[in-house]
Amino acid sequence: MITALVVMIFLAVLLGLVLGYSAIKFKVDGDPMVERIDAILPQTQCGQCGYPGCKPYATAIAKGEADINQCPPGGDAGAKALAELMGMEYKPVNEEHGIQKPKSVAFIDESTCIGCTLCIQACPVDAILGAAKQMHTIIASECTGCELCLPPCPVDCITMEPVLENSESWKWKYPIYHIQKAQKA
Amino acid sequence: MQLKNIFKFNGGVHPDENKIISTRLPIAKLAIPKKLVLPLRQHVGHVAKVKVKPGDQVLKGQIIAEADGNISAAIHAPTSGKILKISEEVLPHPSGLPDFCIIIEPDFKDTWIEKKPIAWKKLDKTQLIEALSQSGIVGLGGAVFPSHMKLKTNQNQTINTLVINAAECEPFITCDDMLMRERADEIIQGSLIAQTILGAEKCVVGIEDNKIEAYEALKKAAQKTLVEIKVVPTLYPSGDAKRLIFLLMGIEVPKEKRSVDLGIQVFNVATVAAIYRYLEFGEPSISRIVTITGAVKTPQNYEVLFGTPLSELIKTAGGSLNKQKKFIMGGPMMGFDLPSIDVPVTKAMNCVIESSPELFPAPKPVMPCIRCARCADACPVNLQPQELYWFSKSSQLEKAREYNLFDCIECGCCTYVCPSNIPLVQFYRYAKSEIIAQDKSKEAANTARERNEFRLARIEREKKERAERHAQKALGAQDKQAEEEKKSTIAAAMERVKQNQQENIKN
Repeated sequence: MITALVVMIFLAVLLGLVLGYSAIKFKVDGDPMVERIDAILPQTQCGQCGYPGCKPYATAIAKGEADINQCPPGGDAGAKALAELMGMEYKPVNEEHGIQKPKSVAFIDESTCIGCTLCIQACPVDAILGAAKQMHTIIASECTGCELCLPPCPVDCITMEPVLENSESWKWKYPIYHIQKAQKA
Repeated sequence: MQLKNIFKFNGGVHPDENKIISTRLPIAKLAIPKKLVLPLRQHVGHVAKVKVKPGDQVLKGQIIAEADGNISAAIHAPTSGKILKISEEVLPHPSGLPDFCIIIEPDFKDTWIEKKPIAWKKLDKTQLIEALSQSGIVGLGGAVFPSHMKLKTNQNQTINTLVINAAECEPFITCDDMLMRERADEIIQGSLIAQTILGAEKCVVGIEDNKIEAYEALKKAAQKTLVEIKVVPTLYPSGDAKRLIFLLMGIEVPKEKRSVDLGIQVFNVATVAAIYRYLEFGEPSISRIVTITGAVKTPQNYEVLFGTPLSELIKTAGGSLNKQKKFIMGGPMMGFDLPSIDVPVTKAMNCVIESSPELFPAPKPVMPCIRCARCADACPVNLQPQELYWFSKSSQLEKAREYNLFDCIECGCCTYVCPSNIPLVQFYRYAKSEIIAQDKSKEAANTARERNEFRLARIEREKKERAERHAQKALGAQDKQAEEEKKSTIAAAMERVKQNQQENIKN
């Protein structure tokens, strides 16, 4: 009986050491769930979800503080992907947070701009170029269309321009055909 | 004609050829039109950079837009004249969307700029590639990839075999056939040049056995050279580069690899002929052979200046016999409906077919997929089209990708054999472009995330720096106060001493 006890204690200590060592050696920094949620979010950084950016929203979802249907730019497809990842039931995007709009970029009317830099400070992705009392302009390729630059502008010179299809971004459409009654042979 | 040492690929179909109608007449030159419309995007890669402005006089062969970077091609004025404007025009593209074009008003004098033939026999490889990067020559088989880039090889790549694609497997198209019949010498010379630049040991021309005259012409032109002319059976899509390689050499190019990784490079006959003309005569890429066929009065091949409105070509071919006015660019298997007859002829336009109800009856009603797998039997790249259809139709894009959707060459064999008349290729095209768009937006999201994280880090850093500065200032202020206190104590002491002294004096 003593042998059995010794063996069991020895095993317990050994396994405990292995587990303890691996817990330190293979420690995962941060919550991997947050990263995975963040990867689904569209990174518009618009704050329509009620959090100051996509990462904070992802953190809130991971903690169970926020619902998965608060992201209008991600749309229903995003909500579906989140539901699948979280193992939750899909819910359509809550309209209180806004509705999904076609992809747009901000446009500054450069003749009206007074160079106040307020929009530059509001832009979450540094997509506005300019300096105090100098004309500002949008780097269209970096703009996420979050609309955060619109409210601070004192002269209302920023408008959202929908991104139009060109021959490079053009997509083949889903084929549509009518189902007809086959003729009798 | 003998079929020897041919490795047959799986699948393939044999649609009606309809080639004879456009080979009865020799290649004719199309007259200079009243207006030339030259799109800046006629090739794969970066859009060419405009080098002229409205009002400029240009000469035939002058560069009007230069290549932007390596993967790009220059555009030359096809004739002499005046630059009218640079504006957005409808292109021969399935989208029918407009894009930027240079518009030239010809002066009908057709004056050449000084032609500069290149002594290609004396130059080395790098110099020739450099020279060709100005030529504007792109793959004329339809892929429009800049040719000089295909002649460039990395240090760790060696090309053993140059394959010249003379298969021209799609029905109706005869532009390569006629070129071979009439200009076989140019093709063979061009092949030899390409072979020398690539340093390839062998050069094989692959031609389908339905082009007897072209075969004879090539054979004659290649008599004193080591170029091998190999006949392959007529089976669509033998003109696909990878299928042709398999037919000729029995080598399957693996997934995600290119033929150059296996030491094989492929050029179309028209492309090598263009390379020869550029080096020998200094003539850049300003025209091509276009087949106009189908329901036009006289189907024929024409040498057409780039930028010529399609309507001119149709008019010269005797006009259309059909009221529908529907035109297909490319062949009936892989081509697409043109958005308008005003589109210009571009480097990619090998064939224009006027559609008519007799030639192309309205599609039969689509019925459900019965999973008969006839498409899988016909697929020349050994895919499972019925599975791809299933996933594309239900927009399960990741699944479609897993089933190697991107190996699909969109040849249309599956659609051709489908007993339920399902437009399969359209589903694959939809799924492909949807996946590409999703990947692009994912990439954009990643950039946005990075930029946002950088911004937050910067704000944090600035905050810290400010706090440090404040701390320093506060410290400095304290020092100053202490010093002032000291000073005032000293001053007070001095004052006291003075007072004492004065009192002493008084006393």
